Amino acid sequence: MGNMIVICQKEMKSYFSSPVAYLLMTMFAVIFGFFFWNVVGYFVFMGMQQQMGGRSFPMNLNEQVIRPLLSNVSVIGLFLIPLITMRLFAEEKRSGTIELLLTSPISDVQILLGKWLAAILMYGAMLLVAGLNFIFLFAYGQPDWRPMLVAFLGLMLQAAGLLAIGTFISTLTKNQIIAGATTFGVCLLLWIMEWVSGYETATWAKVLAYLSIVSHFESFAKGVLDSKDIIFYLSVIFFGLFLTARSLESLRWRA
Amino acid sequence: MIKVDGLSKRYARTVAVDNISFEVQKGQIVGFLGPNGAGKTTTMRVLTCFMPATSGTASVAGFDVLEHPMEVKRRIGYLPETPPLYPDMEVREYLHFVGQLKGIPKAELARRVAEVSERCSVADVSNKLIAKLSKGYKQRVGLAQAIIHNPDVLILDEPTSGLDPKQRVETLELIKSLKGDHTIILSTHVLSEIEATCQDVIIISKGKVVATDTMDNLTHRLKGSEAVAIEVEGRNGAELATADVQRKLEQVSGVSRVINKAEGARLRFEVESLQGRVVRAEVARAVVESGWNLTELAPVSVSLEEVFLQLTESKK
Repeated sequence: MGNMIVICQKEMKSYFSSPVAYLLMTMFAVIFGFFFWNVVGYFVFMGMQQQMGGRSFPMNLNEQVIRPLLSNVSVIGLFLIPLITMRLFAEEKRSGTIELLLTSPISDVQILLGKWLAAILMYGAMLLVAGLNFIFLFAYGQPDWRPMLVAFLGLMLQAAGLLAIGTFISTLTKNQIIAGATTFGVCLLLWIMEWVSGYETATWAKVLAYLSIVSHFESFAKGVLDSKDIIFYLSVIFFGLFLTARSLESLRWRA
Repeated sequence: MIKVDGLSKRYARTVAVDNISFEVQKGQIVGFLGPNGAGKTTTMRVLTCFMPATSGTASVAGFDVLEHPMEVKRRIGYLPETPPLYPDMEVREYLHFVGQLKGIPKAELARRVAEVSERCSVADVSNKLIAKLSKGYKQRVGLAQAIIHNPDVLILDEPTSGLDPKQRVETLELIKSLKGDHTIILSTHVLSEIEATCQDVIIISKGKVVATDTMDNLTHRLKGSEAVAIEVEGRNGAELATADVQRKLEQVSGVSRVINKAEGARLRFEVESLQGRVVRAEVARAVVESGWNLTELAPVSVSLEEVFLQLTESKK
């Protein structure tokens, strides 16, 4: 446990002592801010139109602002996650510091959990900056915070799974760019895989749709805690971390 | 302290280390010598639990590297060929991190970091970014990193590679000063470094141990016989027959071999003595008594390099 925190601290320092963390947070804040501005603007426009028309439909911040926004975040995340994980092991392999880690009295699992945890915290920091926008919703409206919390939990779970996969991919190469590009490709595939279910109903299409990581976020976005989707994300996390552990082990054999 | 028995390591197609065995006693400083690609790094990586061996066993302080890697890792300080440094960390921060990794208790950590910084003379740069350090400083930070948890065994893989001569000497002095506290294995392909620092030497070539001996024995074995280069000419420009001179020289007692090294008209020979005999004076007297001029007489040093080459070449 202690060792894992040592590694995690080191990774966090490395994110925040370089421009990486600030760049990611800024990029995310700008993109999210733009989405937020758009969605809220549309919401306000619809509201005004209804008033002018004299008819009133139920307007709901949770359903019409928060839900679509956070669904977008789950997709934006796919683009930023490779940038978080690509460095984790690739850089250690390139610079040779992996030898220090692997010859220290600390287990492989502690190393990879520490790094993965740091990646999650980094993602969390990004979400936090973006989440500041929601203060405005609470200042000018009364959204329900409970479904929002569930959606954020879903985002973190989804990211944790993808970050585990990214961590694994980072152990495979010395080259950060290769690690990043591959992770990006995998993330993107895991998103678009779901699209086949739009026209195809065969079993393979169902399997692909099930494996698609974004589709499992829908229940969270609605504010529903569905054990089926939680288990899916936990499985992805376990699978990614398991592969990372195996890969580190094989690194020792091949090195 | 260190015991290696029948160790082999095969990669996909090549055999890096082939059935090597050796032992290192506590407190010794051992030179691990071999040309590049001989299997030095591989052996060290097995000892440090970085990679498992294909067959054979290795143990450090009585703990097997495969069965008790944690115990072994706690007792080993390792400096790989490229020091494992994080360029974006400051020296103190880095040593602090390594100290934590090696499991130094919190209460002692700051003290240990200060101690090793002092010992490795990096205290004056402890607030500098590692990326900004010179190569020599980086190497010393690497050494500080290896000794921070006061390990029983120190494994140093080419600690002087890429350093300028002054840094080289300083690093070797530093390593020598660590002797006594630690059992040290030091790999290099530079012989003079081994001569200057080690008591024992293990020479490996093509994955096999070709010689294990104390430094003294090895130098003796290599330098026990003496060789002298001489140049002879006839008095007042008289012509001399090479064969005559050679015969004369061979008759001197203690001479084992005379090699003709004539350069044009100049009669030059290399005279080798029998083991443990000094023949310079005898050779000189023989030449002068024959009525020839002795224009040059110089000892030819059999360098460690030559012996090393002999040892490593012959096993091809």
